[in-house]
Amino acid sequence: MSAAAEINAEAENRPLVEVRGLRMHFPITEGIIARRKIGEVKAVDGVSLTIRRGETLGLVGESGCGKTTMGRCILRLETPTEGAIFYDGVDIAHLDRKSLVALRRRIQVIFQDPYSSLNPRQKVGAILAEPMKVHGIEPDPERRTRRVRELLSVCGLNPSFADRYPHEMSGGQRQRVGIARALAVDPEFIVCDEAVSALDVSIQAQIINLLEDLREKFNLTYLFIAHDLSVVRHLCQRVAVMYLGHVVELAACDEVFDNPLHPYTRALLAAVPVPDPTVEADRTFQPLSGEVPSPINPPSGCVFHPRCPIAVAECQRTPPELRELRPGHWVACSQVS
Amino acid sequence: MPPLLEVRDLRTEFRTGAGVVRAVDGVSYTVDPGETVAVVGESGSGKSVGALSILRLIPSPPGRISGGEVLFGGRDLMKLSDADMREVRGGEIGMVFQEPMTSLNPVLTIGRQITEMIEQHRGGDRAAAEKRAVELLGLVGIADPQRRLKQYPHQLSGGMRQRVMIAIALACEPKLIIADEPTTALDVTIQAQILELMQKLTQQLGVALIIITHNLGIVARYAHRVNVMYAGRIVESGPAAAIYHTPHHPYTMALLKSVPRLDRPRQARLDPIEGQPPDLTRLDQGCAFRPRCRFAIDACAAGVPSLEPVGAPGQLAACFRSRELSLDEAERAA
Repeated sequence: MSAAAEINAEAENRPLVEVRGLRMHFPITEGIIARRKIGEVKAVDGVSLTIRRGETLGLVGESGCGKTTMGRCILRLETPTEGAIFYDGVDIAHLDRKSLVALRRRIQVIFQDPYSSLNPRQKVGAILAEPMKVHGIEPDPERRTRRVRELLSVCGLNPSFADRYPHEMSGGQRQRVGIARALAVDPEFIVCDEAVSALDVSIQAQIINLLEDLREKFNLTYLFIAHDLSVVRHLCQRVAVMYLGHVVELAACDEVFDNPLHPYTRALLAAVPVPDPTVEADRTFQPLSGEVPSPINPPSGCVFHPRCPIAVAECQRTPPELRELRPGHWVACSQVS
Repeated sequence: MPPLLEVRDLRTEFRTGAGVVRAVDGVSYTVDPGETVAVVGESGSGKSVGALSILRLIPSPPGRISGGEVLFGGRDLMKLSDADMREVRGGEIGMVFQEPMTSLNPVLTIGRQITEMIEQHRGGDRAAAEKRAVELLGLVGIADPQRRLKQYPHQLSGGMRQRVMIAIALACEPKLIIADEPTTALDVTIQAQILELMQKLTQQLGVALIIITHNLGIVARYAHRVNVMYAGRIVESGPAAAIYHTPHHPYTMALLKSVPRLDRPRQARLDPIEGQPPDLTRLDQGCAFRPRCRFAIDACAAGVPSLEPVGAPGQLAACFRSRELSLDEAERAA
């Protein structure tokens, strides 16, 4: 193998995204004239993970666990407090504005709420043309219009929707526009932040299928942030479970769901009733007690210890490390093996 | 035993810019004492409006209850005076809504909101009401109830607020509680806490529950009977096991097949219901599900099918082809 080919092969095997020791702490300030910092919200507190090319990595957890902040850091909508984010081998954690513009051609986002993420005063055609203008793709207006129509039809909408306003469309149709907009710049990587959560069940299934089709068709890589575990099980190859700013478990999708090891993952899965009365009639479980503590003042040691059914005294002192207990199955708990 | 609640041909409409929307269009069902009935459907199916209509909580204008009877405790709630209706609401029928932050009064303490309810419906002095409030907070699993009584809603988490809502709903020992999406705004582990609590309390106190939800998992775990709604009508109704295992309406079948399941490995593709939910201002005289239905025939355009017994005892479906259709058939067609 020639040296050049070797370098190429290495680039191919390299994860698309590699996050190392990421911390995002938001300051809490007091006072109007003289601002004083009186504390900080530890939204993400030391997370490392990788996203492979072509995969869908699920990021799950309850509100306030830091999953959306993770997504916003990778999109560089936030500048992380600490840590590195390698995108295709380049650390983007502290890139300047100019380099970020180029980066955003490769990384796109689909938001949760199709009602607030589309400009109500723009027609769908203009919404889809905007990112192309910003990035100088298809400068010729006629070809741009043709591409807008193409994007609409790829996303399962009639090309004539280009002349409509968002309020003339249903939630599912709007979400398709949001997806078409993300695709407009031909990205490699899309962060889907609760992309199907606001949709009705029957429409949700349509959008899930669309996301799957698009991933195959355009070789996309997804970071799929969601709280709905059933959707994540369906869509993702690997899953990371977050709790209070930490990744507590990370493994292949079926492994997480069939063989959860972390007590929080177990409790989270048990809390979801399945749509089958016969299964549910035989299933008993103890709901997790208490509530998620404040990320301003997280518990010492393992952040899950106050709610953990298997916690020992040691858990209050030492934060657990993420260990690989089985091949590819990482767990941050000192009590499981 | 006579049913606790009997809804007969209930109709509610809203006047909108685009025309009259029949949000609830001839809904009939019963709830037995102590029973949990789930009403499932997607946005705009009329499940919430149907429940609010029972309590006569439809804002008018633009809304109007245009017909039907709601028999509860031997009386037709639709014919009660406003004063009597206020006695029923919160007295004999408790309510739990989706958003505890907007349904609790932000400027009153938790304690005052519970005692107000007790004084309004039960009379008696403040001290007795406060004693009962402490008892109720303990019942819904709130630690340190004495201290919590003096707090305001914003000082409580979402799960705590929903527990307070349940305490208020139970305050006057109702026979029926109507819960409209009680856990939709909550995280899954908190959702599990709240639902397990509601199930325990309704069983323990013999209270009937109407739970309105879009979550088919919740229905499977907590409901005895299920009403499936689409475009303002009940399209299928029956015991939970029958609805899930032998559905006879194409919409129920399609809905069950379109949800990803936590307990099943990754399927290649989901089987969604194609098309969009119907525009309620533009319904014709035919079956509203027809444009999205795999089994539609010419007769479906001519008129709306009525709910007829089919399948398991107590099961009803509103489909001309319900007798010939079963889930296997739907699978073969897909």
